Amino acid sequence: MARARTPQIGGRFERIEDPPLVTGRGRFAADISFPHQLHVRIVRSAHAHGIIRAIDKAAALAHPGVFALWTADDIPEVPPIDFREGRIERLEAYRQPVLARGRVRYVGEPIAAVFADDAYVAEDAAELVMVDIEELPPILDACDPPGEWEPGRSTEPGVLTQGYGDMDEALAAADQVIELDLQIGRHSGVPMETRGAIARYDAATDTLELYGAAKIPHRNRDALARTFGRAPSSVQLYEGHTGGGFGIRGELYPEDLLVSAAAMRFERPVKWIEDRHEHLMTANQSRQQRHRAKIAVKADGTILGIDDEFFHDQGAYPRTHAMRVVDMTLGILPGPYRVPAYRVAGHYRLTNKTPAATYRSPGRYESSFVRERLVDAVADRLGLDRLAVRRKNLISAAEMPYLRPLIVLGEDAEFDSGDYHGLLDRALEHIGWDALQADLRRRREAGEAVGAGIAIFVEKSGAGPADGARVSVDSTGAVEVVTGGASIGQGFETAMAQICADALGVDYKRVRVVHGQTDRIAYGIGAHASRATVMTGNATHIAALAVRRKALEVAAELLQAPIEALDVVDGEVVRTDRPAGGSIALGAIAASLHPNAKTLGAREPGLAADGWHRTEHLACPYGIHIAVVGVDRETGAVTVEKFLIAYDVGRAVNPMMVEGQIVGGFMQGLGGALYEEFVYDERGQPQSVTFADYLMPTMSEAPEIEIILREDCPSPRNPLGIKGAGEAGINSVGAVIASAIDVAIGMPGAVTQLPVSPQRLKAIFDRGR
Amino acid sequence: MTDLHTITLVVNGRRHTLAVEARRTLADTIRDGCGLTGTHIGCEHGVCGACTVLVDGEPMRACLMFAVQADGSAITTVEGLGSRAALHPLQRAFMANHALQCGFCTPGFLMLAAGVLAKEPDIDDDALREALSSNLCRCTGYAAIFKAVRAAADAMAKKKVR
Ligand code: FES
Ligand code: FES
Repeated sequence: MARARTPQIGGRFERIEDPPLVTGRGRFAADISFPHQLHVRIVRSAHAHGIIRAIDKAAALAHPGVFALWTADDIPEVPPIDFREGRIERLEAYRQPVLARGRVRYVGEPIAAVFADDAYVAEDAAELVMVDIEELPPILDACDPPGEWEPGRSTEPGVLTQGYGDMDEALAAADQVIELDLQIGRHSGVPMETRGAIARYDAATDTLELYGAAKIPHRNRDALARTFGRAPSSVQLYEGHTGGGFGIRGELYPEDLLVSAAAMRFERPVKWIEDRHEHLMTANQSRQQRHRAKIAVKADGTILGIDDEFFHDQGAYPRTHAMRVVDMTLGILPGPYRVPAYRVAGHYRLTNKTPAATYRSPGRYESSFVRERLVDAVADRLGLDRLAVRRKNLISAAEMPYLRPLIVLGEDAEFDSGDYHGLLDRALEHIGWDALQADLRRRREAGEAVGAGIAIFVEKSGAGPADGARVSVDSTGAVEVVTGGASIGQGFETAMAQICADALGVDYKRVRVVHGQTDRIAYGIGAHASRATVMTGNATHIAALAVRRKALEVAAELLQAPIEALDVVDGEVVRTDRPAGGSIALGAIAASLHPNAKTLGAREPGLAADGWHRTEHLACPYGIHIAVVGVDRETGAVTVEKFLIAYDVGRAVNPMMVEGQIVGGFMQGLGGALYEEFVYDERGQPQSVTFADYLMPTMSEAPEIEIILREDCPSPRNPLGIKGAGEAGINSVGAVIASAIDVAIGMPGAVTQLPVSPQRLKAIFDRGR
Repeated sequence: MTDLHTITLVVNGRRHTLAVEARRTLADTIRDGCGLTGTHIGCEHGVCGACTVLVDGEPMRACLMFAVQADGSAITTVEGLGSRAALHPLQRAFMANHALQCGFCTPGFLMLAAGVLAKEPDIDDDALREALSSNLCRCTGYAAIFKAVRAAADAMAKKKVR
């Protein structure tokens, strides 16, 4: 019998990244050290808003072991932090300086940097730096009228708008217009590894190296090159292991620029490792928005339009993402429903809090909360069933691809494929919706506060425009995929290895995957916005197919066989038309393609190929969340009894990893729904600066969670049919928990603010009395 | 400037004689002094458990202990739990059950579980969940970690019976 290949895509394969990680052999940022390195400690503002009157460096400089101390005046050549996209005119003046110049705008803002031989010494000396600040009143609410950012400049750098259809007419024609005031709390990714950056300047080759990079090393390389006026080829970034990304890790922060500048100035390696206290007051926060949203409907529940104005609390400065979260919110808010008219304005406002940016499912966690609360309110107000209203307005499979005249991250909001009703039916059947409702009703009648909620969403993934990969096989048959992707813990290496192995015809464990090394590949899209598997995966697929083609061509010659009769199985080219009859290993083919090999002939040396995937379209996965919660009327505590996530991922490269992404995302969503919040007091002092105050879920809070993973609608927009998976678990958790709580306590529409902390819930009870 | 104390730590069976300041934490000493970076630091406040190691068999938060307090102790870190060639059942189970994503919390969970299972090999589900709730993970959502430790406990129990 001819040998058959084992599929490498679709299996629940163990991850190739695990062995070093379970044996303590990972290389996280803090694990990287260089001989002769300096440690830097940042002196941070203790005030939310103020003018810097004086900085006394003397005592710190006199401290034994201190090498140097910088304030803004010491680094006039270092410009403020750039945006990812480069220049953005209207935000230019608002950019964050690497060290505060004249004014401080949030507690934790870097003011000075102390360099020393030892990290403990740097910390001691930092405490000796005396900063005299004249306090100014802070701006802490993005809904207040805009204030003065600096003389002549408002705290509202811009208002973004989108829309289509005739909203005024929709409002006029509606049987009901329902208006809600909804708030999403400030929370963030909070990876378990804090940030870290180690810079090294190699004078021998005039190269600046930055370690501890993550997420988007190539973009950051270009940004650093621009910042320091260097050729990109003289700046290299290296991603090691990353202890969680979630959108917030891997952006360029002041500290990344500081260590880079210092390494070049001092010609010594400079290491900065953030502590948790710093992390919770300086790393990007996210989510905080307040929406005043109207929905216009007919008496039968048909949506006529959504009219929304919201206020986005950006914190003290725009960061690398500029206005991206506001933009996302505008573009995706109508979600999976037919919304004939839409008008939205997002106010981008600066306050005296830690700056904000993207966090897993940015703009979607927020907008799903708003949209699903609106739909619940429609049902409640009209006396209809919440599920029935959803069903009535869902976009149908027949309408796919569904183009909505909105822009999402610069691309058309086109939903490529999907069967929303089909997935909904499946989810309801799986959980036994009708029986569940009956049971919950019985329990409520018996005095319990229990209820179920449902939320439906569309995600976006795989935004282009292009990504490439290079696949090569060496003379031992080992395969290497060089990508410009990034691995932030999501299983990127295993996914790429599986995709490559499947196309090429080898075992995925034979594949080594390179990511986040700017000196190995010229371009790279990184890992953000659920792009990696879609973009880099398809590029890898295309490159691996090209390598396979080349191997077969060479083998056909060496084996004197027709190419159609050959296949690559387990790393060997074999004949498929007869049981025996010669085979040749990929390694041997690679050897025959060595530049010195006689067999090379006129061919390009090496068994290798590049692949590019280009797209102008989004791949839009979609999902359903169903939650069953119980509320303790005494304490206001919420318990999630059951949670179901149904999700169509198009095609799952590794279902085990997709499910892992979903469960992990869910738990973060639960944090934002019930526990996590960055709170500030009236002077702008952050109150959530330790893990004792910023409460993340532990194993005790983890409910039973069920997943229905479907591959019903592969994306027609890429060869593999993949849609992203990273944001499926988190998207609507806030929305659905809010919905379920309403039902549980018998107060429709009561939950208007996340997180639903025990205090907030008790306030709701009190109001209801 | 600051006084140095000479201490001896037996880490994963190997003796390390080190001169440390009194204020240097055990976590920093294991990482910088012994060069074993598998012990991670996630909060330095005793909350996240990423720094968990076994000190004379007891799971301890190495960020909350000064190195001088561990003078003379036998310490096991994740590097000493098993090797790549001969993985500990917990390490196997973490891989098989996808109990890690970024892997930053993993050494802490492994050492915590190793300590718990050594003391209470037939621990029931509720007590196990309670014990594992003292560490934080931001990636996995915990379900897989629980499953992995349960599977390892069962595998270890079976081996003992035989
Ligand atoms: S680092 Fe020790 S408990 Fe977090
Ligand atoms: S696997 Fe990333 S924190 Fe646990």
